[in-house]
This record gives sequence, C-alpha cells and structure tokens, in this order.
Amino acid sequence: MLSVPCPYCGPRDETEFVNGGEGHVDRPVPPEAVGDADWAAYLFFHDNPKGHLRERWLHAFGCRRWFHAIRSTADHAIALTYPIDAKPDFPA
Amino acid sequence: MSGFRLKDHPRAAAAEIGFRFNGSDYRGRAGDTLAAALIANGVVVVGRSFKYHRPRGIIGSGFAETNALVQLGTGAHTVPNAVATRVPLREGLAASSVNCWPSVGFDLGGLNDRFSRLLSAGFYYKTFIWPSWHLFEPIIRRLAGLGRAPTLPDPDRYAARSHACDVLVIGGGPAGMAAARAAAGGGVQVTLVEADDHVAMEPLPNLRILTRTTASGYHDHNLVTAVEEIDGPVVRQRFWKIRAKRVLIAGGAFERPLLFGCNDRPGVMLAGSILHYLERHGVAAGRRPLFAVVDDQGYDVAIAARRAGLDVVGIVDARPEPGPIAAAADALGIAIYPNHSVTRAIGRKVVSGAELIDQATGQRIRIVCDLIGMSGGWSPAVQLFTQSGGTLRFEDRIGAFVPDRSVQNARSCGAARGIFDHADCIADGAAAGHWAATGEDREVPEIAAAVRAPLHLPPPGAKAFVDMQTDVTVDDLRQATDENYRSVEHVKRYTVWGMGTDQGKLGAVNGVAVLAALQGLAPGALGTTKFRPPFAPVAFGAVAADRLLGPFFHPWKHLPAHHWHVAQNAVFEDYGWLRPSHYPEGDETMAEAAHREALAVRGRVGLFDSSSLGSIEIRGRDAGRFLDLMSVGSPSTIKLGAVRYNLLCNELGTLMDDGVIARLGEDHFLMTASTSHAERVYRWLDEWHQCEWPLALSIAEQTARWAVLTVAGPRARIVLENADCDVDLSREAFPHNQIRSGRIAGVVARIQRVSFTGELSFEIAVAADYAESLATHLMTCGAAEGIIPFGLEALDLLRLEKGYIHIGSDTDSRTQPADIGWGKGIARKAGDFLGKRSLLHPSASAPGRAQLVGLQPVDPAVVLPIGAHIIGGDPHPSRGIVTSSGFSPMLERGLSLALLDGGRALMGSVVTAWSEGRSWPATVADPGVYDPRGERLNG
Repeated sequence: MLSVPCPYCGPRDETEFVNGGEGHVDRPVPPEAVGDADWAAYLFFHDNPKGHLRERWLHAFGCRRWFHAIRSTADHAIALTYPIDAKPDFPA
Repeated sequence: MSGFRLKDHPRAAAAEIGFRFNGSDYRGRAGDTLAAALIANGVVVVGRSFKYHRPRGIIGSGFAETNALVQLGTGAHTVPNAVATRVPLREGLAASSVNCWPSVGFDLGGLNDRFSRLLSAGFYYKTFIWPSWHLFEPIIRRLAGLGRAPTLPDPDRYAARSHACDVLVIGGGPAGMAAARAAAGGGVQVTLVEADDHVAMEPLPNLRILTRTTASGYHDHNLVTAVEEIDGPVVRQRFWKIRAKRVLIAGGAFERPLLFGCNDRPGVMLAGSILHYLERHGVAAGRRPLFAVVDDQGYDVAIAARRAGLDVVGIVDARPEPGPIAAAADALGIAIYPNHSVTRAIGRKVVSGAELIDQATGQRIRIVCDLIGMSGGWSPAVQLFTQSGGTLRFEDRIGAFVPDRSVQNARSCGAARGIFDHADCIADGAAAGHWAATGEDREVPEIAAAVRAPLHLPPPGAKAFVDMQTDVTVDDLRQATDENYRSVEHVKRYTVWGMGTDQGKLGAVNGVAVLAALQGLAPGALGTTKFRPPFAPVAFGAVAADRLLGPFFHPWKHLPAHHWHVAQNAVFEDYGWLRPSHYPEGDETMAEAAHREALAVRGRVGLFDSSSLGSIEIRGRDAGRFLDLMSVGSPSTIKLGAVRYNLLCNELGTLMDDGVIARLGEDHFLMTASTSHAERVYRWLDEWHQCEWPLALSIAEQTARWAVLTVAGPRARIVLENADCDVDLSREAFPHNQIRSGRIAGVVARIQRVSFTGELSFEIAVAADYAESLATHLMTCGAAEGIIPFGLEALDLLRLEKGYIHIGSDTDSRTQPADIGWGKGIARKAGDFLGKRSLLHPSASAPGRAQLVGLQPVDPAVVLPIGAHIIGGDPHPSRGIVTSSGFSPMLERGLSLALLDGGRALMGSVVTAWSEGRSWPATVADPGVYDPRGERLNG
C-alpha cells in the first residue's frame, strides 16, 4: 500500500485516495474545431512510461481535494505532489 | 532414526504435557515444539508426500520445514498444513498427518511411488485430457492434496494494529539484535519483530520488541505486514501493518539439503536443525548420526553431537581438502571421509545407513547410521527483500543468492546477506543499525572466502528430491529441460517445484543450481523465481482482521424512514441502500404484490420513498455556466421554479446518468441523480470543477440530509390538499415540471412535480429527521383515498409502461443521447459540453446503432427474459438485447425495453427474441405505450 503525501494533509495510506489517471492532459477546444486525430489522442492515447508519470489523485477520504503527483511507474516512488493548478518543473 | 530426550538438558526437567498425534497419546515437555516432542518420542514418519506418498519425517526446524505438515484441531477450529516445527506444544494438542490414507504407516497411495516413472513432470497435464481433465480432477486432488480447509466459518477472533516507526528490524538473531541496539542508540524509534518467543537482549526505552511475530509481507513504501501469535482466550492472532522509514532485514538463512538418492527418507535432516533440537530442546534426533557437508559448516554440528554423547559415525566432506576444522573433529575421534559424497540413503521406510562414493576412485562404501545430517551450505532468507522490489545476485562464495540493489529504504544484514560468522554478523548488524538511524554508511569487515565443494548432479534415476513437499526430483528438472523449458518461472509451473506451502525455502536455490548446470549456465544468469507474499502461510482471518465482517463488511445505507417501512411489512432489497421492493399482503408473491401496488397507483394513489436518489446542490455565480458544460442540455435556461430532465455524458459521448435539475434561485440549482450513480456523479462534477473549470460555485452532496417521499396517482393532489400544505397545489399554479418551497404540517418542504410513474406526482422533500412522521402523516391524510405504500418492483412496472429508462440497465457503455431519443438538442446547443466533440463524430449518427425500443411479445402472456438476444443479425447473429421486462398490469401483457441495432427504423416489424434455447416473436414498438401523450402526469 502506497503512502501518498497529500499536499494538504500530509502522508496518508493509499486507501484514502482515488487515482485519477494521467494529469495535465489538455482538453482540446472548441469541439467544432478539433480534428478527429487530436480528439482521439485526448481520449485514448496517453503516456505509459516506465518511470515518472504525472498523475491526478483525489484525497477522497480526507480533504476531498484533487492534486497532482509525480509517481514512478517502475517502483511506485512518489517524487513530488503539488496542487492541481500548478505544474512545477521536474527532470524527466 | 530413534530420537530421544537428553537427560542432562534443562528441558528434561520441564513440566510434562500430554498431546495426541495420529490418534496416539504422547508426552512432551513445556517449551517443546510439536516437532521436538515427536522426535523425543521416537516418532519418525510424520506424513506422506504430495504425489508419490513416500514416507516423510521431520527434516528441519522453524520455517525450514517442508515435510512435517499437520492438521491441527477439529471442526471450525481446524488448521490445515500447520508446520510441526512451528507449533508450540500445549496440553491436549491434537494433530494428525496430512495426505495419508488410511494411515501413515500403511498407505495405499504409496503405489504411486512404484510407478513414479509414469508420474513425472507434466504427467497430469499430458494424460488426463480425454475427455476432460475435470473428470479426473476430484480423484487426483483427493490423492494429491495436502490438509483439509475448514468448512465452517472461522470462530476465532483476530485483531489488527497499524504502527509507525523510524526503523523496523525483522529478526532477533545476532545481527538483528546488534542492528536494533545500534539504531536505538541513534535515538530513533525502533521496532523489532521476531518469530520466536523471546529475544535475548536488554530492554531499551525507544525499542519495541514484538515476539512470536512473523513479518509476512513487504509492500510498497516500506509497509511491512506481520502476524503476531496471541493464542489468547479472546484473540488468536494480531495482524500488524508497520510503516517504517527504514527497514533492516535480519531474517537469517536457510540450510540447503544435499541432492542424493532418497534424500527424503525419514532420518535425513538438515544438520543445523539437528543442532537446534540438541541445544534448544535437549532432544537428539538419532543415536548414530552421519554428517554430509560441502564446507566447514556442519562440522560444528557433528562436534556438538559428539559432545552431547551421540555416536557420530562420520563426516562425509565433498571437498578433496577438508578445512582446518577437520582437525577438531578428528580430535574427538570422528571419522572424516574427504572427497566423498553420499549417493543414497539406505532404508526402506527410515534411514538405516548411507552409501558413499569416493569421488576420486568411484569406490562405494556403506555406513550404518540412523540419522543423516546434511549441510549443503546456507541460503540467505531473501524473500522479504525481493518482495520489497530489491534485486538479487548469485554469490559463488556461498553458492546462493544475496541481496543486491535496494529499491525501497531497506537493507539486509547478517546471514540474510550471506554473512555467517557470529562476530561478523554482529558487526554487520551494528553497521546496518547505524545506517538506519543516521543514513550514514559504515565500513563492514571483509568476509573471508571459504572453500566449498561444487554441485554434483546425481545420476538419472536417483530419486534425489529438489523440492520434497511437491515431490519434484532432479529427474523432473532434467525432463523439463529436455522438453525445452528454460525460464525458472516456466519450470516452476510445469514441475510445481517451489509451489508448496513452504514456497521453496529449502528447494529454490538447489533447483536453480540444478537447472543452471543442466543448461550449462551460471546460476546467477538463470536467476530465481519471484518470491511473493506471504513469507509464511497466513490465516485469512488475520488478513481480514481490520475489516468489519458480515453485515458490517459493506454496511447498507438505510432510508431515513427505514423503521416505518419495516412496520408496513416491507420486503427489502440491497441497492447499496436497503430499499423496499414490495409490501406483501398475506401470502402474496413479489409479482402479485407489485401488480396490486401498481394498479393502486394507476387507480388511486401510492406512496414511494425516493430518499436514496442523489441530491446535489450547485450554487454560485457560475453555476448555470458550469452545468451547461457538464450537461447535454442547457440547464442555465431553466426558469426559476422550473424543473427539467437532464442527461450527463462522458467525453466519449456515452450516457453516464440522467435526472432532473431544478432551479431554486438565480445561482442555485438542485440536481438529482440515480441512486446507484449518486456518488459517482458528485465526484464527476467535483473533479471537473476542481481540475478543469474552477468557476465561482460550490457543489454539495445533500442526499443524506433530505427524506423524499413521493405521492403518485390520480388522487395525489387530494392527499396533499388534506395534508396541511401551504403551497398552492392547483394545476394552474403548480404544473408538471415545477418546484415549490413551503411547509407541510409546519415542516419546511421542497415539493417537485416530477414523475417516474407517469401519474400525477408530488415529490416531497423534508429534513431527514422528519421522514417517518411525514410518511405517517401522508398515509393518514390519504387513508380516505386508499393510499398504499409501493415498492421498487411496482415502480419498475409503472416506468416500463411509460418507457422510462434506467441508465446503466437500459443503456450500455456505447449508448449515446440520440440512441434513446434525445439527439435533437445537441445540434441546437451552441456552447461546449462534455462529450460534444464525440457526438459530432459521424459514428454518433451512423446507421445501425443500437437504439432503445419497446418490444411487445406477439403472445401477450409472454414476458421476455431480461438479457434475451434479438436474433437474426448478420454477421453476428445477435442484433440486440432485452434490457427491461415485466407484465404490464394496465395493458395485461408482457412488455419489454430493448437495445436493438437500427431499432427505430424497425417500428412495427416482428423480431425474434431468443434466450437459452427458447425463442419468441415480438413486435417492435415505441418504448412508452401507456398514456403516450402524458395527460395523466400533467393532470
């Protein structure tokens, strides 16, 4: 079970959280101007790196706030968590 | 083997304890394990092997035991496959061997051994395939099983504890104690877990010692689970979840068996275990032991056995040049056989001798003995380290795998990383403890290289067991190699090597060494199989300890008027909420009750509890704009006091939920959601608000705060007019799809005119506390009109007559708004909304999409089964599926809803519904067949 450092509450057990998948996936707009390929990329073609992935998490059984985490998919180490509206630099 | 108790050991003076084994009474001493007591009583054969039913004896001690599996206790308390070496003896203990029938001594299954050539790796897979493996499986499982699982619920109680510390030390041996002492000296909080019942070290204020506690799993982010044996009157075990900043693994090492013929005979034991029984329990496992070694380790045991008065008949050293320690053994008069190895154990049922071979000359000799102590070197206990994600490397010095790279904040120390000298272990443990407390590395002494004999593969046909519990021999590994199995993981699954309850603690490294030799590789190049939790078997009850079980495992939500429903004779069903399905009168069936209740709503009036519907309030300057982005329609255009049906899509344009939105104020909306989708809809709105559109609004999930009672039927208005309600209820002042606030019997209420029955309907919401009193009040006010409570089954018939859908039942993960007849608004809506881009894609309007239709069986008495296929499609025979069905009380015929490919173009045609070999003709029709113009609900 991961220990997830909520930026608002501190480290808590994974069971308090919901993983919301890849973060910073920009939603293309307006719908009338978005091509099929771009829309398909938004819907389906997400990164699946071996290594650091920026993800969205919800502290569902805590502060109920969404935030971002940078987690390594190889060993689950969480390098950084930060607010939902931020995007700090992080070496790839 | 003829074990006995040493008279001059303190244990001989301990209190006597009576116990039963395989139906016979024995006496042991307080402090014995079951294994020690059995050896002391001269019991040699303790079980039969898994596949060949060969006689098996105790081979090891502690976790290093693979043969002596016993069934403990009886009935609900029975424990299968307990390891006798880990069972503390207590008065009245009853144990029996697993897997032998009719008895240990006389075992019919032993015939398998005579035909073992036929039962080699993969035999079952290859042979019992005609006509079906399942025909043979029960018989084979009976013969080839281990202990029997209890059939009754576990009556024992288990506790759970979460614990956090700076440093966790696993293992209380020399290295573990030194590590704990050093870490505690650094001032941090240290916890030490030890499987044994004591740790021989001084108490320290910042050190917590948990004895009889076995670390069972090493999980992510330094979470270690451990099981503490309590065996108290209330609690059997305590399950620990320990989160530590740093973990030190000092779990020691397992001695390896040697690979020679019949190395599984009772009387062949691990040398270190012989020493364990001598020193710890004062029990000798035999009178005339012979020791077989590959390095200096093992000599110590022979010397200790000699000093304990046993007639040590020799040490068989596989090395041409025995180490200096041989002189010490020689001085005690122990015969040394250098450059010899044991080729086989002699004795039909138990060891009566050994055959040796001189590796230089090939000459064979026989030695009479009643015990063979083998020492094939020691393998570090790397199980927990690999569970932590750490990698291993093969170290030739010890012929085993050692921890290499740590992934988590974990280190191994002492024997767990291949350091076996006592003083070296203490120094290594202290260095590890220092690191754990401070993060600083400290020099550890160089480990002197030792001389070991190389592996000699026994010849084919030798019956040399690599894994005794699963009956896998060197020949089985040979055969797997011949059949081109290369990966250790594949060989493991093909031969079942390492798949027993001991998870290869004794056989894993030997198996890798054998496979590497067969493939001409170095063992390090082959690697090990993956070790997974648990380290040792764990009771399910312990794992479940912190989860409230039975009705508390996933507690039902109760309607605020639950007890009132109980008093009305409601039958409840589990919808996450416990909701009334019907209110039977007399001995009515559910169908009869639902029929009667539905007719009452159509003809008079009924009362339904809608409290479980999701109730979400959205409030703020941007609330309307936000709801427009979330919805297929445009809730921002809802007029004050009005209510509108609303659909939610995901970005794929498929339906998530439906409901109504009411506008309570300029910046204040109330959204309802289906009972089963309420939590998801709230989370969905909240995610988009927090993550994508942080507009000026707040979202509040209010479901549990309100009780909602729906009065439905042609006489609903009369009931409310009698109910002391200050809202103008007239058709003109309060038409359909409107919401009003007011008071009913003095209580603040929101009343919506919405309908899921198709009848005139008032949904009355009051604070949840008033649920029961409002229900009683409405029933009293409606008594003259013949009001009755109605449940979900009746509601389902009523909505089916109207063609109202349940999102998720009547739709699937492809259904889009246009497929259920709500496509028009999409083209008209100017702004963006979730799923819009997908709905603009040509696939959304492609012909042949599955569309919602009604189905009317040609024979009106037929009720189509839900899930029936509509057949006749091409290329796939199914062209749709029946999603809802029932017998309409008003139309007196079967009615269904279906998702049918291109369904709306097929109105009026007859299709064939098929289910489980039966088929029925049915006419495609509009979903709503009762009061299609809605005159009744507008009434």
